[in-house]
Amino acid sequence: MKKIDCKNLDFAALNSLIREEKEVELVNCTGQRFIGAGTENKRIKITGVPGNGLASFMSGGEITVFGNVQDQACDTMNDGKVVVHGMAGDAAGYAMRGGEIYIEGKAGYRTGIHMKEYGNKKPVIVIGETSGSFLGEYQAGGLIVVLNSQNSPKPVGFFCGTGMHGGKIVIRTETKPQNVSPKINVRVAGDDDLAEIEKYVGEFCKYFSKNKTEFMNSRFYVLTPDSKNPYKELYVQN
Amino acid sequence: MNTEGERGNRIPSGCAIAGVFSETGENISGAIITDAMRTMRERSNGLGGGFAGYGIYPQYKDYYAFHVFYADKEAKKACEDYLDEKFEIINLSKIPVRKNPRITDEPLIWRYFVMPDHNLLRDSQLDEREYVARRVIKINNEIKGAYVFSSGKNMGCFKGVGYPEDIGDYYRLEEYAGYGWTAHGRYPTNTPGWWGGAHPFSLLDLTVVHNGEISSYDANRRFIEMFGYKCTLLTDTEVITYALDFLVRKKGLTMSEAAAVIAAPFWTTIEHMPDERRVVCDYLRKEFPGLLMTGPFSILVGWNGGMMALNDRLKLRSMVTAKSGARTYFASEECAIRRMDENAGGLLAPRGGEPVIVTLKGEKSDPPITNLNCFAEGDIDL
Repeated sequence: MKKIDCKNLDFAALNSLIREEKEVELVNCTGQRFIGAGTENKRIKITGVPGNGLASFMSGGEITVFGNVQDQACDTMNDGKVVVHGMAGDAAGYAMRGGEIYIEGKAGYRTGIHMKEYGNKKPVIVIGETSGSFLGEYQAGGLIVVLNSQNSPKPVGFFCGTGMHGGKIVIRTETKPQNVSPKINVRVAGDDDLAEIEKYVGEFCKYFSKNKTEFMNSRFYVLTPDSKNPYKELYVQN
Repeated sequence: MNTEGERGNRIPSGCAIAGVFSETGENISGAIITDAMRTMRERSNGLGGGFAGYGIYPQYKDYYAFHVFYADKEAKKACEDYLDEKFEIINLSKIPVRKNPRITDEPLIWRYFVMPDHNLLRDSQLDEREYVARRVIKINNEIKGAYVFSSGKNMGCFKGVGYPEDIGDYYRLEEYAGYGWTAHGRYPTNTPGWWGGAHPFSLLDLTVVHNGEISSYDANRRFIEMFGYKCTLLTDTEVITYALDFLVRKKGLTMSEAAAVIAAPFWTTIEHMPDERRVVCDYLRKEFPGLLMTGPFSILVGWNGGMMALNDRLKLRSMVTAKSGARTYFASEECAIRRMDENAGGLLAPRGGEPVIVTLKGEKSDPPITNLNCFAEGDIDL
């Protein structure tokens, strides 16, 4: 695997070097933007801090980050995998259309907003710890799993799933998430739900050496949109 | 010197900010913060960069350091006549700069160390800081082509049109050292940048660097102008500076209380607070509704002895903090913190409306922020 020292490279120079390679390791990454943006089948390993827009519009391949990622990681990602050994900034997986993101630590505000799915394209985000507010806001499809590995009493912030009209948010927590919008159904995860997330929890545990059984034996709550109670009066009374 | 104010415009901006603060007051070179800004180059577009340094003038620490832009020699003469009349000038000089091919069209940039004229101050019946603040507002408002862009004790702002790393080089910031620095790289989106419109914005020792856009700007401006402030630069950030000066210096609020005014929690959040905190937040929202700031912002506020990071309550802009020993780092992006200190730990992304405040040890400090932290553990219900 070719190694690139990012130290004194700007984002354009770095990305044109990456374009030449099929497999590449980036070291000393300091905020260079758009790494892996629009790529299709690369394997990229990164140490340091990749900049905003990591893996945006990515259509396949795998990016592994040993560190934290900044804002807008995996914006409109189409396929492939991104594994983050650290935390994620705001709006990870914004408008994601396919592929998988695994975040070992916390995720910032607005994770997975506007996610969507179609046919066999179904994006998945697995968050190891907790997320900021607006998780899955306006979510239209796909799956978000919050594993809450530190057992926080409040694993998601304010306005979780507000405006959601498709897809599913699954949260590992003992207590029912409070004050969720009345347009959202909240229930304890059933066998079908657990079967659906098991594969992704397994992947997460493989990447970050965690105990899958421990996670799967806990209580999860599931948030889905309430299709009997649509958004006809979300903004105005009419 | 182009001034956008004359065109009736204002600047919303999408920018880069960074800061570093040492609680033990150790000296930090201006080179460190200049270098950190390099990593966030894409957040600026070369139309504004600036820095505020605290503790940088120990040899003149009892005097107000005025940094002044002049469009021409007439403005300089008019302003110096005024300064001569109202102040005792201890020292004056050009601010030393290094020619940089990317920094052009500079105004005349002068520095004065001053004290209010003893007799005038006594006759004015004003407290010393209020006397100085009023004179600064008057110069900026009435002397055409003169702009006092820094007016605190033992601190100074350095700003101009260019990328922040070039501005830092231009002002030779590596020759200054202090216990606190804030920095800004500007990306004005509606109007051309000009020297006075670069951040930080300051009054006395209070400075603000800001990433975002205050959509409540005009409501806030109308409120604050009732109290003698003049928003002469017609930029949104300016009003944050005056609002904080008003709340903290004039009304005696703590910085965390002021944060609960400008980034007030939602009523639904206040409703669910424990009694003690609910009463305070409820009072602050009702007492100062005109200073609630809406729209996206992440700001770094500096003052003599402290620094505060604050996001808008919806957290529409990015901000991270980290610690290493006595130092606290702040930045729009983690990469800037890593450039300052690769091993800084405790990386934290403060929540919307959650102030992060650091103060010099031994100074009269702000009460612990948990007093007013709307996000205290177990209390984040809607």
